[in-house]
Amino acid sequence: MDTLSALADGFSIALTFQNLGLALIGCFLGTIIGALPGLGPSNGVAILIPLAFTLGLPATPALILLTSVYYGAMYGGRISSILLNIPGDEPALMTTLDGYPMARKGMAGEALALSGIASFVGAFFATWGLVFLAPQLVKVALLFGPAEYFALFALAFATLGGIASKNQAKAALAAGLGLGIAMIGVDGQTGVPRFTFGEVHLYDGIDFLVAIVGLFALSEVFIFLEHRGTTKATGDASGIKLGRLTPPLSMLKQTAPTMARSTVLGFIAGVLPGAGASLGSFISYSVEKRLVDKNNTFGTGDPRGVAAPEAGNNAAAGGALVPMLALGVPGSGTTAVLLAMLLALNITPGPLLFTNNPDVVWGLIAALFIGNVMLLVMNIPMVSLFVRVLLVPPRYLMPAVAMISFVGIYGISGSTFDLMVMVFFGLLGWILRKLDVPLVPIILGVLLGNQMEANMRRAMTISDGDWSALFASPLSIGLWLFAFFGFILPIVAGRFFRPKFPRTDSEADPD
Amino acid sequence: MSDRIMGGVGLLLAAFFIWQATLIQESFISDPVGPKIFPIIIGGLVGLSSLAIFLKPDDEPEWPDFSRLFEVGLTVAVMVAYAYALPSAGFVVSTAVAAGYLSWRLGTPPVKAAVAGAVIAIGIYVVFHLILGLSLARGPWGF
Repeated sequence: MDTLSALADGFSIALTFQNLGLALIGCFLGTIIGALPGLGPSNGVAILIPLAFTLGLPATPALILLTSVYYGAMYGGRISSILLNIPGDEPALMTTLDGYPMARKGMAGEALALSGIASFVGAFFATWGLVFLAPQLVKVALLFGPAEYFALFALAFATLGGIASKNQAKAALAAGLGLGIAMIGVDGQTGVPRFTFGEVHLYDGIDFLVAIVGLFALSEVFIFLEHRGTTKATGDASGIKLGRLTPPLSMLKQTAPTMARSTVLGFIAGVLPGAGASLGSFISYSVEKRLVDKNNTFGTGDPRGVAAPEAGNNAAAGGALVPMLALGVPGSGTTAVLLAMLLALNITPGPLLFTNNPDVVWGLIAALFIGNVMLLVMNIPMVSLFVRVLLVPPRYLMPAVAMISFVGIYGISGSTFDLMVMVFFGLLGWILRKLDVPLVPIILGVLLGNQMEANMRRAMTISDGDWSALFASPLSIGLWLFAFFGFILPIVAGRFFRPKFPRTDSEADPD
Repeated sequence: MSDRIMGGVGLLLAAFFIWQATLIQESFISDPVGPKIFPIIIGGLVGLSSLAIFLKPDDEPEWPDFSRLFEVGLTVAVMVAYAYALPSAGFVVSTAVAAGYLSWRLGTPPVKAAVAGAVIAIGIYVVFHLILGLSLARGPWGF
C-alpha cells in the first residue's frame, strides 16, 4: 500500500509543533470566517493568502494554515444559519431550512452539535476519498500532453460556468474577462509586452492575488455599504438559548443513513469540476428530502434536514481538493483561491506535484485529518464562543476586513499601484455581482490563462502549426466532448438541476 | 436594460482587445502560433458572449438609489486616497481615518466610528507589525 505509507510520511510532516499550531489557528480563524455573514471561505482565504505569503511561511505550513481555514469555514457557516437564519456562507444556505426551525423549537444546541458531527463525518470520509482517488487521477493525468491540458482547461471553464451560473453567456463573459486580464504583461514565450500601454507596472502582469482580494473581499464591503440599515446587515442571536450541546443517541441513529448518503453525494459533487460545496449541500438536501421525508417534516426542524446539507458540503469541500491537487484545475471558488496560493509559492499543482513535492501533498492531507478532529472538538463544546463572535456587528467588522485586505496586498509589493488595481477590482466585482456575473470564472481565467495559452502553443509547436492536433487523441476528444456537453446541458436542462436559490447579492462567494 | 448596456460595453471591450492584440509586436523568434492568436480567440469569446447577453438580457437587477450609488463612489474615492496617503502619512494615521470613515458610513455614530477606526488601525499594527513582523507603510513618524 504505497498510498498508506505516503500518508504515514505525511503525518510525520504534519505532526510538528509549528504545523499543529498553524492547523489550530487555521481551524479557529476558519470557523469564525465561516460563521460571520459576509465573510465566506473564498474571501476569507483570499485575505489570508497575501498575509501567509508576506510572513514568509514555506509551502507546506502555508498550505496547512489555509486549508484548515477552508475546512473550518465549512464548519462555521452552519452556526449563523442555525442561530440567525442567515447563512454564514453560501454552502450553509440549505442548513437554514431546518436548522433555524430547530433553534426556534429550543433545540439550537442539539442542532449545532448534530451539524458539527455531520460536518465531521462528511469531511472525514471525503478526506479518505481524496487519499485514494487523487493518486488514481494522477495516473490518468500523467498521460496528458499539452493538447489534453488545453482541452482540460477548456473543460474547467465550460463546466464552472455551466453549473454555477444562471446565464451561460455571463459565465463565458466572465471566463473571457479573466483570460484577457491574464494576457496583460510580457509574453512568456517571445518576450514581447502585451496590453501594457507603456505602463511599466503592467509588464509583470496583474498579480492574481490583487485581483482575488479585490473581487472577493472589497466587493463585499461595497455590498454591505449598499445594504446598510437593512436586515441583511444585522443579526440578533441574543434571544436564542443554546440548550444541551449533545445530540441524543436516537437522533444520531436516525440521521446516520442520511449522513452516509449525503457524504457520498457531496464528495461526487465536489470532485466534478465547477460544482463545489454549495451544490454538494443542495443535492444532498434535495435527495434526502425526496428519499426520507415521508411525513413532510423537512423544513420544520427535522434533524435529518440539518445533517444532510452539512455532511454534503463538508464532503464536497474535500472532494473539490481532488482535481485541484491532481490536475491543477480547481473544482470550486475556494479551491481556485487555494490554487492561487500554490502558484504564489511557485508550486505547480498537477500530477508532477505528487512526485516532485510528495511532502507538500501528503503533509497537507495529514493536516486535513488532524484539522478535522480539531474542528470537531472546537465546534461542539466551544460553540458558544463562536456564537459570541457572531454578535460583532458588520459595521465594525467590514472596515477591519477592508483594512486587512489593504495590509496584505501592500505587504506583497509595497506599491500604491497594486492598491489602486485592487480598489478597481473591488468596484468591478461589486458591479458584476449586481449584474449576476459569476466571479469564479474570472479568477480561474486570471490564474490559468497563461498556462492555457502556453499549453496551446506547445501543442502547436509540436505539431508545427497544425490546429487539428488539439483534437487528435481520444483523450482530448473525450475532454472536448465533456466540455461541450458541460456547457450546453445546463442551458437545456438547467432548470431541473440548478439550485433554486433566492436571488441574492451574496452569490459571489460560492464556497 | 443593465444587461444590454453590459453587452454593449463587452462588445466594445472585445473590439478594443482584438484591435490591441493585432498591434502586438512580433518578435523575430517565434513559435508557430505567436503572441497574437490566443488573445484574439479570447476577444472573440468576450465578443460572442457579450452579444448573447445583449440579445437576451436577464431581469433588471435592483440598483440602489442615487444616494447609495454616490456613497459607493465616495468610498471608492476614500480608498484611492488611502492608497496614496499610505506612503506619506504612515500606516496608523491613514488606516484610522479610512477605517473610521467606513465604519461611520456602515452606520456607526461618528464618535464611536472614530474610536473604532483608531482601534482597528492600532490593532492591526500591533498584531501584524509588532507580533508577526509584517512590514507596513512607514510615515514621517515611523508608524
